[in-house]
Amino acid sequence: MAMGRYIIKRVLISLPLLVTISFFSFILNQLSPLDPAEVILHAQGVPNITSELIAETKARLGMDQPLLTRYVQWFVSCLQLDFGNSYVTGKPVWSLLGPAFLNTLKLTLVSVIAIIALSITLGTICALREGKWVDKSVRGIFFLLTSMPSYWLAALIVWYFSVKLDLLPTSGMDTYQSYILPVTVITISFAGIYFRIIRSSMLSNLNEDYVLYGRACGLPESKITLHLLRNSLQVAISVFGMAIPVILGSTVVVENLFVWPGLGTLSVKSILSRDFPIIQAYVLVLAAAFVIFNTFSDIVNAALNPKLRKDH
Amino acid sequence: MNSLEVSNLKIWDSRTGKVLVPHSSFHVKQRSCLAIVGESGSGKSLTCRAIMRLNKALLHQSGEILLQGVNLTKLSEKEMRKKRGKQLCMIVQNGMRAFDPSCVVGVHLKETLAWHYGWGRDDITVKMKRAMESVMLKDPLAIMNSYPHQLSGGMLQRVMIALAIVLEPDVVIADEPTTALDTITQFEVIEQFIQLRTRMNCAMIFVSHDLAVVKRIADEMLVMKDGAIVERGATRDIFSAAQHEYTRFLVSTGLTLDHHFNKIMGGVSHAEC
Repeated sequence: MAMGRYIIKRVLISLPLLVTISFFSFILNQLSPLDPAEVILHAQGVPNITSELIAETKARLGMDQPLLTRYVQWFVSCLQLDFGNSYVTGKPVWSLLGPAFLNTLKLTLVSVIAIIALSITLGTICALREGKWVDKSVRGIFFLLTSMPSYWLAALIVWYFSVKLDLLPTSGMDTYQSYILPVTVITISFAGIYFRIIRSSMLSNLNEDYVLYGRACGLPESKITLHLLRNSLQVAISVFGMAIPVILGSTVVVENLFVWPGLGTLSVKSILSRDFPIIQAYVLVLAAAFVIFNTFSDIVNAALNPKLRKDH
Repeated sequence: MNSLEVSNLKIWDSRTGKVLVPHSSFHVKQRSCLAIVGESGSGKSLTCRAIMRLNKALLHQSGEILLQGVNLTKLSEKEMRKKRGKQLCMIVQNGMRAFDPSCVVGVHLKETLAWHYGWGRDDITVKMKRAMESVMLKDPLAIMNSYPHQLSGGMLQRVMIALAIVLEPDVVIADEPTTALDTITQFEVIEQFIQLRTRMNCAMIFVSHDLAVVKRIADEMLVMKDGAIVERGATRDIFSAAQHEYTRFLVSTGLTLDHHFNKIMGGVSHAEC
């Protein structure tokens, strides 16, 4: 019962947050020193841009109306996934952003699953073998791997696995095998940090009295480890929840290296060509992803931690 | 007959080589209660955990620990785990922190009893309910379905006693079970410990630095200082004629506290001694 109430409350809190975010991502583009009408005319290759032509374009796109009116119109159409048309190609933004978002989401979700699995496994092993050679070598190896810049690591593994051994495709997303290399690069850079969070959280939990009492009652180590994990994960889940939007927004390097047709590639292209509607939609979608996944991780945390469910 | 016999127990830190308990030897007779008294850092808890073999990995120990004639130090980790809970039951200091904060209290009880006895859910509930009622816990089912933070320290302490009643161990080790409680709750919990002794055939090691409590519950006592046992004997004798200077100091300061305790309890504890 308390859980259901908590979920409803948490979702309701996130709604005004989403509206605020949409307002700021709308305002952000208005602050740009460039005049959108001018950009459109440039993009369409109009040779002689006159002030009448600019005024005409503004009127055609409804840019002469007050800011708030434009925001409300934009927000309502955004709710229907209508983000306007690209200035450059004239195609609807969602027809470009939608598939790219889906591709990046696929890459992100597969990576997050790999990150969670690897971090929990390594964190648990290192915490239970604290100070032993396993702990030390895992920490050493991952310290080395996470220190490597991802573009360099990506180049290295492409050279080894794709060129030298010819086992995996170098780029694109044609088969399931295409996932292996980009996911590996993303996983290594994130898991190297996250497994330390789980390790230290487990170590502090190991000193808790409930672990001592559980052992004193003769419970097997496997059961005690499960209790430990349940309590240690609460710190990690907020971090994992935030990892999803962070990766969504930071795949630029990996996507460009592996020619992954995702958000990273699209956003860089749009920024370079000043394609405002796409940038605006990109910012909005990412910000919404942050709010949604943050809400989601809060709910998962509440499911694990009864104290959070308490009504205040 | 001795339930538990500890001889030449030595505990040291393997990193620094510092000896924490030089060599302790003592025994607990069946059905009797031995109190271990001393200030914090005197090695009381280390000694208890050494008996359970639950000290941190960096702390090493040597010596013999015989439980009903079986040398615990020679057992494999798996065999030792079977002894814990079933034959050697520990009750820890802070009830509020003794149970997994993310699970209802019943989860620990069920896991422990299912592990040792293979009982089903309903069996466990019936047996725990009876035991919890016997330690004056009202509404046991609601308690089993509560999270630790929803219960008080005294209640959780009594849940641990109730679990010990169901487990029927040979030796109960209570490591400062009343330290985290206020005086009134302390009194109630001590009553339950006294009843636990009379009801069951077990021996008890009761660690405390509260002499008023020790005087009420223990037949014999050990006084520890800096890891060493400085005095031992029947509780009554030590209170009337302590040999060691440190014990005399403890008794004289302890009795002023005892006086305070009696005043609160209306002289009950003194009358029963």
